[in-house]
Amino acid sequence: MSILGTRVVRTEDPRLLTAGGTYVDDLRVPELTQAARVTFVRSPIAHALITGIDAAAAREAPGVLAVLTANDLDDLPPPPPDDGGGGGDGGDGGEAAPLPLGGPWTEPLLAVDRVRFVGEPVAMVITTEHYQGEDAAELVSVDYEPLPPVIGADAALAGESLLFPAAGTNVAVTFGAPADATTFDGCEVVVERTIENQRLAPVPMEGRAAAAVWAAGKLTVWVSTQNAQISRFVLAGALGLDPDSIRVVAPDVGGGFGAKIGLDRDALLVAWAAKHTGRALRWAETRSENLLGMTHGRAQRQVIKIGGTLDGRILAYRLEIVQDTGAYPRMGGFLPFLTSLMATGPYDIGTAETAYRVIVTNTTPISAYRGAGRPEATAAVERAVDLFAVEIGMDPADVRRINLVPPDKFPFNSPCGAVYDTGAYSAALDKVLAGAGYQELRAEQARRRERGDVRQLGIGVASYVEITAADAAGGETARLVVHDDGTATVYTGSSAHGQGHHTAWAMLVQAELGIDMDKVTVVHGDTDLIPLGVGTYASRSLQLGGVAVQKAAVDVREQARRVAADMLEASESDLELDVDRGLWHVRGDPEASRTWAQVAGHAGEDGLAASVNYTEGQPTFPFGTHLAVAEVDTETGKATMLRHVTVDDAGTVLSPLLAEGQRHGGIAQGVAQALLEEMRYDAAGNPVTGTLVDYAIITAAELPSFELLASETPATINPLGAKGIGEAGTIGATPATQNAVIDAVSHLGVRHIDMPVTPERVWTAISDAREGR
Amino acid sequence: MIPAPFTYTRAASVDEALELAVQGGEDAKFLAGGHSLLPLMKLRLAVPETLIDIGRIGELSYIAEQDGHIVIGALTSHDAVARSGLLGSELPLLAHAAGQVGDPQVRHRGTIGGSLAHADPAADLPAVILALGATLVTRGASGSREIPAGDFFLDLFETALRPGELLTEIRIPKPHVTGWSYQKFTKRGIDWAIVGVAVQGGSVTLVNMGSTPLRAGAVERAVAAGSELRDAAAHAAEGTSPPDDLNGGRAYREHLARVLVARGLEEARSRS
Ligand SMILES: Cc1cc2nc3c(=O)[nH]c(=O)nc-3n(C[C@H](O)[C@H](O)[C@H](O)COP(=O)(O)OP(=O)(O)OC[C@H]3O[C@@H](n4cnc5c(N)ncnc54)[C@H](O)[C@@H]3O)c2cc1C
Repeated sequence: MSILGTRVVRTEDPRLLTAGGTYVDDLRVPELTQAARVTFVRSPIAHALITGIDAAAAREAPGVLAVLTANDLDDLPPPPPDDGGGGGDGGDGGEAAPLPLGGPWTEPLLAVDRVRFVGEPVAMVITTEHYQGEDAAELVSVDYEPLPPVIGADAALAGESLLFPAAGTNVAVTFGAPADATTFDGCEVVVERTIENQRLAPVPMEGRAAAAVWAAGKLTVWVSTQNAQISRFVLAGALGLDPDSIRVVAPDVGGGFGAKIGLDRDALLVAWAAKHTGRALRWAETRSENLLGMTHGRAQRQVIKIGGTLDGRILAYRLEIVQDTGAYPRMGGFLPFLTSLMATGPYDIGTAETAYRVIVTNTTPISAYRGAGRPEATAAVERAVDLFAVEIGMDPADVRRINLVPPDKFPFNSPCGAVYDTGAYSAALDKVLAGAGYQELRAEQARRRERGDVRQLGIGVASYVEITAADAAGGETARLVVHDDGTATVYTGSSAHGQGHHTAWAMLVQAELGIDMDKVTVVHGDTDLIPLGVGTYASRSLQLGGVAVQKAAVDVREQARRVAADMLEASESDLELDVDRGLWHVRGDPEASRTWAQVAGHAGEDGLAASVNYTEGQPTFPFGTHLAVAEVDTETGKATMLRHVTVDDAGTVLSPLLAEGQRHGGIAQGVAQALLEEMRYDAAGNPVTGTLVDYAIITAAELPSFELLASETPATINPLGAKGIGEAGTIGATPATQNAVIDAVSHLGVRHIDMPVTPERVWTAISDAREGR
Repeated sequence: MIPAPFTYTRAASVDEALELAVQGGEDAKFLAGGHSLLPLMKLRLAVPETLIDIGRIGELSYIAEQDGHIVIGALTSHDAVARSGLLGSELPLLAHAAGQVGDPQVRHRGTIGGSLAHADPAADLPAVILALGATLVTRGASGSREIPAGDFFLDLFETALRPGELLTEIRIPKPHVTGWSYQKFTKRGIDWAIVGVAVQGGSVTLVNMGSTPLRAGAVERAVAAGSELRDAAAHAAEGTSPPDDLNGGRAYREHLARVLVARGLEEARSRS
């Protein structure tokens, strides 16, 4: 029996759980023994001109080796010429790539004459000891001339204060047509609402960190990243170096959630300063720095409009987005582009329109965060469907069933331009409803309403489809070597940071070759060993990186077949691999066999090795349904989650354990967005949730046990049948939870509550509804 | 996230702690569990020049019965208070409330004395010892004092403790009326109270409804006068000045106080 699909325990865990993990700040490699410490001086003001920097006192402080400002950045190549992609209205979001806008929107490495968010790097202090850095940084005196801060969509769109005067506007990208007056013609019911998809902080366990050494014409950079190889090219471009003179290493990485794709300016600066000063340097941010310096996610204001018939058929949908991108458009128009691509979700809606504007504000830049544009799409359409259902007085599950894309319509061309590959959407919905005991839940809800209980029950449903490996054409690399001691090494371009790729890739090798998993070493994240690769993000790894490993294994197997045939003096077509025992033999004669060690030993100079760069022509579209049950205390407004039942169909499952882990973490983060988390700023642009006391991440105490139902509808475009599972949880769980809380109080007249659905907001919504506000 | 430089000293006894405090002068601070002081130092909101670590003064960690009172050493951890069998039967309000403080790590490091001396109006134990009519025993360079809980909390993070004075013991009379309740309202299990209510018999106090723990005097009088509990609870927000912050505006906190006082009174009655 194949090991694939079985509950194999993670091979990473014994080391990581017994303090064997080595993160950037733990590295004790010889090159870093003398490493000095980098501390950033960050802007305490949201928007200001810099009129002077006096570092004299800091330079005299104990342990200070150097204080560097923008003036020292004189050995860098000029920024690439503006390709015209980022002008005030020139950005065509429809062709969006996840790249920063250049030209007038260019983000400097260190602030030059202006700061645009609290936390922006202004200077770097280099000290022999970590502790000295924070003392010395306080001595760097920066003169700021405050400018009017731009906080929130209204201020940005008003354009009275501009972050980039040369751009002439705060709108960096505009896409989509104005509303067509006829779109909702023929609809018996139309509902429209403005909702917020609030700003979140990713909060990985390990913050950002980098260390760098410049020696003998070569730059070595250790960085906490989701992709070492891409980081190498980013570094080469920014520092004007040949990629061959750079080695990037990603040691253990304690979570990224999208915010560690590539390199931030802070890490680039560490690498630059190592070369500039000729010293080995290390930087590991504090939690306070992380909450302000690492990119944030989400931050969309959405106007949703949905129309249809009284018997539940949705005919038209419009989604208008204002994407707050923070102080710098690091991803151009990419996030709202993905939101609009997935706007209509799993529904077969005849007419759909989307439009978006990307605005800059004096806040931390926005970038990818688990789901990156797709949770925002699902949150919008799932709220819209519930608003529509309540308006026509129909059960929200029934409205969904009527409108889900039917099984015979795949591949399905969505009105927003996506091609959904395979799916069984209503089967997923029905499985969840049955698993949850939907009718009984509704009956219990009715009883509580009837009695007027203080604690009311809410049932929230969210069906979704999402896109994974959106950049499938970028592909992924794998190299597999079988050694003459019978062990194997996989070099992968994927870059594990918690997912369990090492376990999964070893399972793939065992399944193809019969070499035991524990004899398979997986190596990732070192550009000297693996010069080409793409990395782990966008739920892409198994369907690209995993397939690459599998194809490399097949290639090695066929090489081995030739060698074994030679050894056993038989024809290749008569050779068989006994995968259970890992032995080669001639068909019909299992006794005379050869081990992998023997075959590899006989393979000659080149040994047994294969390299694969696997690309796909199209992405895959996982789907599912989440159902959340909330109990809401109508006196205090507090919601307690009682159950969470899901189907997350990501094609064929290679490792149920790893897939469940991804679902668990994603659901937790999704519920957290719905109920707790929000990064907030005051009107002056000061972050008011800048510590983990105020920024409320979720804990196990707030979550029910998850009821994960199985469903596997294989992808047809890759040999593993795999789709991505990494982000399904945040996509499905967020709207299911929000819908559940609103459902619990909908009989009191409440129609919508923005996220996070905090106790105070629920109480306010109930009070407003009672008073007819 | 890195504190400013400071000198660290450690006391082995109460006498040594007082001696070090005299030497350290104005800018010295006692360090008990460190779970309030160290976060402030890391944010550089507190910048003491000298820390006097009292965390290992074994003589200040105890829970005992004495002349109809329960006495608790100031360095007793929240966890020890929460798990004490004696408190579980004699002062269940205190044991239960201590079990609601933060998370297990916090309860193992944090001390009852540190919590009271820190005087955070959002903390659980100050309001609880106020409801219990406790007396706080201190020692300073000029001798020992006994301060009633009602006189101890002066303002936000401000107590009747004088510089260099050590809180050594909390002395609590065994309650006459057994019914009790602690209502802690939070968004998450590990949070500080948005609003909290402690009830012991006819004594009702509030967490996070002003700059100090507050006695809900109007509620107590209404209960004493025989009002219906829900009617008495309607007075819960009278005379309070709750904060207006991310976790709740004033009006919401006032509303919560009324709801939680009603629930607390009902639960206490059901237990008496
Ligand atoms: C994550 C987290 C969550 C928390 N959640 C809660 C919560 O839900 N509820 C709650 O009530 N508290 C909470 N706390 C605070 C916790 O209870 C602290 O332990 C307590 O407030 C302080 O006790 P300590 O022993 O740690 O004091 P320290 O931090 O060591 O000292 C606090 C202050 O008291 C002074 N001090 C300490 N002991 C004495 C003494 N014997 N005599 C004179 N002065 C003294 C110190 O000089 C200092 O000024 C939380 C803390 C953390 C870190």
